[in-house]
Amino acid sequence: MILENLELFEVFVRSKRGLDHKHVGSLHAEDHEQALEYARDVYTRRSEGVSLWVVKSRDICASQEDDSDCFFDPSDDKPYRHATYYPLPKEVGNM
Amino acid sequence: MAEYKLTEEEQEAAFQQRIDDEQKIEPKDWMPEAYRKNLIRQISQHAHSEVIGEQPEGNWITRSPSLRRKAVLLAKVQDEAGHGLYLYSAAESLGISRAEMIEALQTGKAKYASIFNYPSQTWGDVGAIGWLVDGAAIVNQVSLQRTSYGPYSRAMIKICKEESFHQRQGYQIMIELAKGTPAQKQMAQDSLNRFYWPALMMFGPHDSESAHSAKSMKWKIKRETNDDLRQKFIDQTVPQIEFLGLEHPDKAIKWNEERGHYDSGELNWDEFYKVINGNGHCNRQRIQHHIKAHEEGAWVRDAQLAYNAKQKAKKAADAA
Ligand SMILES: [Fe+2]
Ligand SMILES: [Fe+2]
Repeated sequence: MILENLELFEVFVRSKRGLDHKHVGSLHAEDHEQALEYARDVYTRRSEGVSLWVVKSRDICASQEDDSDCFFDPSDDKPYRHATYYPLPKEVGNM
Repeated sequence: MAEYKLTEEEQEAAFQQRIDDEQKIEPKDWMPEAYRKNLIRQISQHAHSEVIGEQPEGNWITRSPSLRRKAVLLAKVQDEAGHGLYLYSAAESLGISRAEMIEALQTGKAKYASIFNYPSQTWGDVGAIGWLVDGAAIVNQVSLQRTSYGPYSRAMIKICKEESFHQRQGYQIMIELAKGTPAQKQMAQDSLNRFYWPALMMFGPHDSESAHSAKSMKWKIKRETNDDLRQKFIDQTVPQIEFLGLEHPDKAIKWNEERGHYDSGELNWDEFYKVINGNGHCNRQRIQHHIKAHEEGAWVRDAQLAYNAKQKAKKAADAA
């Protein structure tokens, strides 16, 4: 079997109902169905999850780590988006 | 092995059991049609409120008293647009399309929070809206973080993280006005007087009058009743008004030692139903403006489609 021909999939596990799916790793598989079964065998052998997502790695469009400075820069100079920017008198409780 | 199919009643019982066990319902789970409908109504209404709520504040962006205030207000309104997006997406996971929801809003089939049908007349109103309107929304949304539908609950958690800044920037405007000149203080008092009661109405009718309450509580779509949430807001707002040195708009407000809560005066429910039924100050204007913005944005959506078609044609040509 030539592994290089297999597609790379990213695996996401929901550990508990109500929580987000979290990325846990990747694997090779022929197709989605197989990727799901492999993911179950590889990533959830100890009841780590109640739901699995598999996504072809090449379908993921990611931002570039090297460019992250200028990519995320528009929010760096806006401290007023944070609640802590506005001091709150202690008399008025939480906000 | 013979396949055994659950009856509708068995499915419904399993569904209710899941809810009673404090488990979330996820998009691909079986759910009663009425639960789905009820959620679509509530979540889309919530989404519409976020989006229509941009209008009264957007009205003041170009007239903010300083560049800093303008940046803050822009950031807040931008957040509200984001909240609308989170909520529309959560509703879409139930099988309704964005276009259907927007159509329901524009034709008046779907409602939004009646508070946004009040005009924002002064800069003080921008302060009062952040402080009281977002404040009331937060009380409701904190409670909804525990709602039974997973995507709605997760959207609420994300939204609550962002809301705190909204309320605080509004309260800071109020502090500055209340500690300012007599005219500024009067402006703060006037905004408080006009927005306090409509903010209380945001929690909806009394529990005894609320059409959707009982089922929503059983299904844990709602976790606390309208009246309990309203009481929470009334209680937390008293010291905030005191700190500002303003007069409380409710002359009947009085601490009740026995209940451990403030007693308060009755709301003007005629006004509430009048506004809900389309006859508030700004109902028509809000929807007209939404339609206008939607139509003026049509070329953007057309351009996206044209770009998509071009890209597809290009890919097909490259592959050939
Ligand atoms: Fe919001
Ligand atoms: Fe807000």
